[in-house]
Parts: sequence; structure tokens; C-alpha cells
Amino acid sequence: MTTRLVVENLKHKPMRSLLSFLLIGVPVTLILTLVGLAHGMSESSQQRARSVTADIIVRSSNAGTTINLGSAALPEKFVTYMRTEVPHVRMAMGVINDPIDLPLVMTGIDQDEFNRMTGGFHYLGGQHGLRGPDDILVDQAYARQKKLQIGGTVRLDNHPWRVVGIIDGGKLARIVVDIKTLQNLDSASGKVSQIYLKLDDPANTPAVVNFIEEHTSLHAIPIEEFVGMFEVSRIQGVNEFLYVIMGIGVIVGFAVVCLSMYMAVLQRTREIGILKALGASQGFILRIILAEAMVLGIGGTVLGILMSYGACWLIRTFVPASLPMIIVPLWWPIAGAVTLVGAGLGALYPGLSAARHDPIEALAYE
Amino acid sequence: MNNGHIIETHDLRKTYRVGKVDVPALRGVELRVKPGEFLAIVGPSGSGKSTLFHIIGGLTPPTSGRVQVADLDLASLTDAGRTRLRKQTVGFVFQKFNLLPNLTARDNIAVARYISGAKGAYGPEFEEVLRVLGIEKRLDHKPNALSGGEQQRVAIARAIVNHPAILLADEPTGNLDTENSKAVLEILRDLNQRLGQTILMITHNPEAAAFAHRTVRMRDGRVMEEA
Repeated sequence: MTTRLVVENLKHKPMRSLLSFLLIGVPVTLILTLVGLAHGMSESSQQRARSVTADIIVRSSNAGTTINLGSAALPEKFVTYMRTEVPHVRMAMGVINDPIDLPLVMTGIDQDEFNRMTGGFHYLGGQHGLRGPDDILVDQAYARQKKLQIGGTVRLDNHPWRVVGIIDGGKLARIVVDIKTLQNLDSASGKVSQIYLKLDDPANTPAVVNFIEEHTSLHAIPIEEFVGMFEVSRIQGVNEFLYVIMGIGVIVGFAVVCLSMYMAVLQRTREIGILKALGASQGFILRIILAEAMVLGIGGTVLGILMSYGACWLIRTFVPASLPMIIVPLWWPIAGAVTLVGAGLGALYPGLSAARHDPIEALAYE
Repeated sequence: MNNGHIIETHDLRKTYRVGKVDVPALRGVELRVKPGEFLAIVGPSGSGKSTLFHIIGGLTPPTSGRVQVADLDLASLTDAGRTRLRKQTVGFVFQKFNLLPNLTARDNIAVARYISGAKGAYGPEFEEVLRVLGIEKRLDHKPNALSGGEQQRVAIARAIVNHPAILLADEPTGNLDTENSKAVLEILRDLNQRLGQTILMITHNPEAAAFAHRTVRMRDGRVMEEA
């Protein structure tokens, strides 16, 4: 019967109920979109790093543990050093990264070295590989986002590039150009951002890492450790930002439900008086108000989840390369719990106020 | 039960505080009602009959005096105790029907059973009551689809579904036309005769009061005379 009362109350004012669902759903969508973006960026970065199939990545020692994609701080001679002086190294490939519009990064490679180490890109269109100094390869998401076509021109870093191929973006980078051209553009001739090493046997990774750390001032990181640096929990600021958004979710849920239920209690003063005349206790009245708030919270969560699919579709349609969002169902119960906490808190004041109504005054309410 | 009375008041007083002024609504009411009695209370506005109705129904506590309802001393009841009284001992019928507008007639009756803690559907004897009330085919309609007379009959059904010791009716015909008023009063009399239901009815209407076994008149917060 409590369910019937709650459902009929919600049906009685459908616009109020729908607006409440919508307003409660917005912070849910916000949380899920943010989580989806963080996880999407994390996963796509991890996939691109792994698919190089290197065993170790070497960076300048001042890069520390942060994901420093931008600086070209390593002299290129270290690539040769890795190939010739470091035991067990079968291949070494230096690349230069140039952030163009974060999180988008343009990566300069030596096409032949890259092909040897990774087996090359998977091409979806155009020519296979960079041939001229101004050639650029872009992945399909970036091509779609910027409406680029084979043979077209794109201006990046104040330089006109000719789009020669569309690649599957799951390997190393989304935007790839010739390393020499990018070094010149960045005034970083003879410098690279990082060096990928492929060993004769992955089991030798610890030994090689130790060797590099002992014999150079560089920082060698096993590739799995490097990939781990892209974990959402290790990306600086993301967790703090999530906590803030969750806090906002609780506050918005609280405010919406408090306002909605306060109005509902005012509108239903007489009905509360009727229930009290029938012998309903304060606990019964409070339970109905809380149950209604919980239904609003659950409905808002479901709507918020659906709207997060809408947000995902919009993002994938308009900025698929810049914001690689994914749906993270693991976060649905967390977003739901945040909403229900807000809704429960928001319903307390109107609920207690309704439970304490004087039955005679409530029955006389017009 | 005191001396065979289901309702008994002695020197019952109720004073409301309006701003800084004390307004006495009841000034020593003496009243006795026997089980199975159909009693009408008449009197002008402000005579205290609604206040008496509210106290006997456990909607508000008395200020002083004694009031016994079905062996319960209402003066000593807490808010929770008065809630129990409304749940188990009294049933209300109001002038404005006071049905829950979002629920069907059937659910309005069911909610009273649910609050009382009764389990399952009502028995065949209550089906018979619904037939007597003439609403058995109107139970799936919401109040806005029912006439005033039908709404009041649903309200009566809701009031007696838990077999209360006392049915309290506050101007039950106040919002009805002559024909429906007569029908509702006949139903109340029928319930009284058929089920032995104790009924205490407040009314302005002498014709309505004539349906009761006995009429008491109130004036200035006191019971003045009995007819």
C-alpha cells in the first residue's frame, strides 16, 4: 500500500515528478560523464602505449612519475647508445611528442623504425606510411572530428600538413608526422621526448632497467609500469575532481528533493491530515515521504544513466578524438548511492514537518 | 466500559490559545453515550461541538476533565496513544468527505485497513456492507469520478472497515443535496440497527438529527439539554 500511495502521488503530478527526475539525473550524468571521460582517456592511452610492444620506455630523469608527454628533453644520441651499449636491447625507437590541443598530441616518428618495432599501423585509408616531410597520418576519430580527408590539408603547429593516410588510432598516437619535421618545428633538433626499447627477452627487463639507471642519468620504466601511470586513480587531480562532482551531486539531489518534497507536503497537507485521522503514525507519514524521495532518487539515477549514454553519443559524434568517453557501469551504483543519499537527506525536513502536522489543522487546510 | 457507557465525559474542558488570548471552547461538558446508540449533537457555530468531536476522536487532547472512550482515558493518552485510538477504536466521516484524491475508492478503503495493520482483503460481511452502501460497482473510480453522495458512502465504508467501536460523523450531509442527505442518513441508521454501530453525529440540520435515537444540544461549550 505504501508503494501504491507513492506511485499514485507521483502520477498525480507528472510534471513535478518528471522535472524532479530530470534535475536529480543531471548530477548523475555529470558524474558518469566525467568518470567515462577519465576512464576513456586512461584506457585509450594505455592501449596506445601497450600496442607499441616495447618492453621499456626511457625518459629524462626530471620527467618523474608524471605523464610528461610534451618536452623533448632527451638527446637523440641516447637512441644510438641504447641500441649499441645497453645489453639485451634489440630495438630502440625515439619519438617526439608535441601537445597540440590537450589531450591531443602530435607524435613524430621515424616510419621505418616504427614499422620494425611495432609491425606498423593498421591503415583504414590512403597511403601506407609517411613518405614526405609534410605528410601526416591521423586516426579515424581525429579525421571525423576535424572532417579531414585523404589528400586534404590540416594546419597544426602553424604548419600545413598533407593528410596521406587514415590509421586505426590504437597504436602509439592519434596524429603522426615525420620526426625530423616536428623536431625542426619545435626547435628541438636532435632531441626526442622518449625512447621505446624492445629487448631480446622481456625477462631481461629488470636487468636492463638497472643498467640504464646505473650508467645514465635517464629514467627507465618497464612498459607495464608506464601503462599503470595512466590508471585513473594515478592521474593527478582526477579523483579530487570526482569527489567535488560527487559532493555537488549530493547537494543538488538534496536541494531538488527537499524543494520538491516540501512543495508536495504543502500541497498534500489535507491528505496528511486524512491519513492521520485514519490512525497513521508519524513514522508512517515519514516513511511515505522518504519512500517517495527514494523513488525520485532511483528514477533520477536511471534517467541520469540514460542521459550519460546521450552525452557519450554527443561526445563521440562531435569530439571523438579529444574526449574518448566510455560507459563505466561499475560507477552506476556509486552515482546512484550519491543521489539516494542526497534525496534521503532532502526528504528528511519535509518528511518530519509532515509527520508533525497537527491533524485538525491539516484537515482544515484548503 | 464505565457504567455501560462507551463514551463518558465529566467536566471536560478545552481552551485554545489564540495569540495571547485563551479561548475556552469547552467549559465542562458532561456526556454519556451507550454502546449501540445513535446520538446527534446539534448547536450553533462556536458552541464547541466540533471540539468535542475532535477530543472524542483523539485528534486533540483535552485541557482538563475526564473523557473515557471505550475504556481508554483520553486525558492521559500520549500522541502515540491517540494515534492508536484513531487506528483501532474510532472511525471518522467528514463533511467534505476527505477521500484521498489520488486513490480509487477501493484503495481509500484499503489504506484504512493497511494503517490499522489488518492483513488481506476484507471479508464477505463487509462486501455486504458495500452492497448496502450501494458502492460495490464504483470501487475502481477515483473520488473525482464519484458524485458527492457516492464519495460520502465510500467515506462511511472507509470509516467502518476496521469495525471501530465508535463512528464519528461531522456534518455528514453538509455537502449533499436533499436526496443524497437522506440516503446517507438512512445508511447511518441502517448501520446502527444492522451492526449495532455506535454513532455520534454532529449536525446543524434538525431533520438529520431526527434520524438519531437521541439529540443533545450544545451552547457556549456546554451540553445544555437533551431531546
